[in-house]
Amino acid sequence: MSEPLLDVRHLSRRFDVSPPWLNRKLERTGKVYVNAVKDVSFSVKRGETFALVGESGSGKTTIARLIVGLLEPTEGEIVFDGQSLSRGLQGREARRLRRRFQMIFQDPLASLNPRWRVTDIIAEPLRAFERGMNDRARRLRVGELLTLVGLSPEDGVKFPHQFSGGQRQRIAIARALAAKPEFIVCDEPTSALDVSVQAQILNLMKDLQDEFGLTYVFISHNLQVVRHMANEIGVLYLGRLAEVGESEALFEHPRHPYTRMLLDAVPDIDMTGRRRKKVEGEIPSPLRPPPGCPFNPRCPFANDRCRIEVPGLTPVGLQAAACHAVEEGRI
Amino acid sequence: MTEPLLSVRNLAVEFPTRHGILTAVQDISFDIMPGEVLGMVGESGAGKSMTGAAIIGLIEPPGRIARGEIWLRDQRIDNLPPEKMRKIRGRHIGMIFQDPLTSLNPLYRISDQLIETIRTHLPVSRDEARKRAVKLLDDVGIPDASRRIDDYPHQFSGGMRQRVVIALALCAGPELVIADEPTTALDVSVQAQIIEVMKELCAEHGAAIMLVTHDMGVIAEAADRVAVMYAGRLAEIGPVRDVIKDARHPYSQGLMGAIPRLGESLERLVHIPGSMPRLNAVPPGCPFNPRCPKVFDKCRTHRPATSEIEPGRRAACWLYPGVTEA
Repeated sequence: MSEPLLDVRHLSRRFDVSPPWLNRKLERTGKVYVNAVKDVSFSVKRGETFALVGESGSGKTTIARLIVGLLEPTEGEIVFDGQSLSRGLQGREARRLRRRFQMIFQDPLASLNPRWRVTDIIAEPLRAFERGMNDRARRLRVGELLTLVGLSPEDGVKFPHQFSGGQRQRIAIARALAAKPEFIVCDEPTSALDVSVQAQILNLMKDLQDEFGLTYVFISHNLQVVRHMANEIGVLYLGRLAEVGESEALFEHPRHPYTRMLLDAVPDIDMTGRRRKKVEGEIPSPLRPPPGCPFNPRCPFANDRCRIEVPGLTPVGLQAAACHAVEEGRI
Repeated sequence: MTEPLLSVRNLAVEFPTRHGILTAVQDISFDIMPGEVLGMVGESGAGKSMTGAAIIGLIEPPGRIARGEIWLRDQRIDNLPPEKMRKIRGRHIGMIFQDPLTSLNPLYRISDQLIETIRTHLPVSRDEARKRAVKLLDDVGIPDASRRIDDYPHQFSGGMRQRVVIALALCAGPELVIADEPTTALDVSVQAQIIEVMKELCAEHGAAIMLVTHDMGVIAEAADRVAVMYAGRLAEIGPVRDVIKDARHPYSQGLMGAIPRLGESLERLVHIPGSMPRLNAVPPGCPFNPRCPKVFDKCRTHRPATSEIEPGRRAACWLYPGVTEA
């Protein structure tokens, strides 16, 4: 058992989505907040992959942005290798910690500057973090990185638009690796790609993990991809964790009714004759989450308690689920 | 033997550009039988949406159908003047697009859009059309349809909007529905609902479906036959179970292996090296040859035609006897 590299404790993030001041006064309405992430805790072990799955609006991307520091948490704490990130790190200490983690985004075209050559894009983290490096050494390192992700060093002189989607994602990965990070947050890295290219990128990410001992937080809405990549999985619903557990156990014995529903909704590609179960309803608007358990309006096991009281994560078997029905042994 | 509902013969779609002519769809032939669900898969740029657009006559100029014929029963529809084609679209061929928000007019109530479509194609009164519209919305699973019909599109959620689009596609009783990535913009839990509604309703109305998608899971679940496209050409076509369990074209084999599955974990996925060629750089011979693990000399020089390799199955690959040159 290795100690956790990242520890997320009771993380919450609230967004102010109120109409402008004048409208509020005229319409006599108050401020409106969205709780995008509410009381989420999990930890990621060194060298492993922790996946966050959920449908749109479940708060996965917000968590990714909180971890890498693109957003400040409203409440809670993120501890990276024993050091708290949310206490406003300053100067050299921040710089030293920041270079140890990187992020890969969903849309590589939006995350690569279209006016920069690939060499400059990949060299940017080197310029920021390896101040002592001279031009020659930097060029050599960029060539190495390009080879590492399956491109050729000559590709460095091209611009991002000259590459296909999969190749662009390779460039984004090369840039993320440039500063030799230990930890990478991947926000839907393959959902914009075709299946055959997705397979290439997933394989590449696994190879790199084995080679450099990387730790990933992998965010996706695709359960099959998550099953393929993750050691541990957290299932998000409306900003809260519905279930957390070791990947195998979670897929074999899903506990939370929402996890079961998600697994049942995966199309049966092997044509075993299993019918997809029809799931009732859709994710409610995060602006007006239902009281009690957020899943209660769609849940076949909901009772009065579920409609009033928010369930906390309680351990069941090898995982933990936030469900009254599971806790009471009703399902 | 029943007559096919739709028959596409040697279809080619071209786009003239400053740098020469790009061929987006090359020499494609297939039939759709009445009531059948034909799945069309391929990666982006394979030409699957373009084939759908050619059938409904919605190719954006300067793109054009360069060669081939499209027959709807015994009427040739690829060369109809625009006003005639408009009568066929909606009445005989319905359409469902990926993004429900762009296929509904945000300024009109759902009722107006449905009633207008029904009355354009069918000789019914406004009241009758409204009744029909409410019934359809009810059928696609919109709760409280008689009240919700007067809502605007933005008042519906993504899944509900796609249901409205399905109702809109079916409202004039078409014989064929072309669904272009109908579930791609939706969450998994909603995806299953939409596929089921679409399949059930089309079966009820006796409409055939051409289901264009990149999601093999959706095809496995909904289609009777599947056509696999690569670089604008038909790589393989056959019954869905046969193609999924026992693909013949090396490209379809690779495509099946590349899909991560729930049952197995943490192994490497099969991957096809490289990526699909750009339309202006399709290699000579078989378009798949630079990526193919089973390539041999003939593949690099001679282009295989999509030919019958066994009853009901066609493939464009030199590995199989009986394949002719294109």
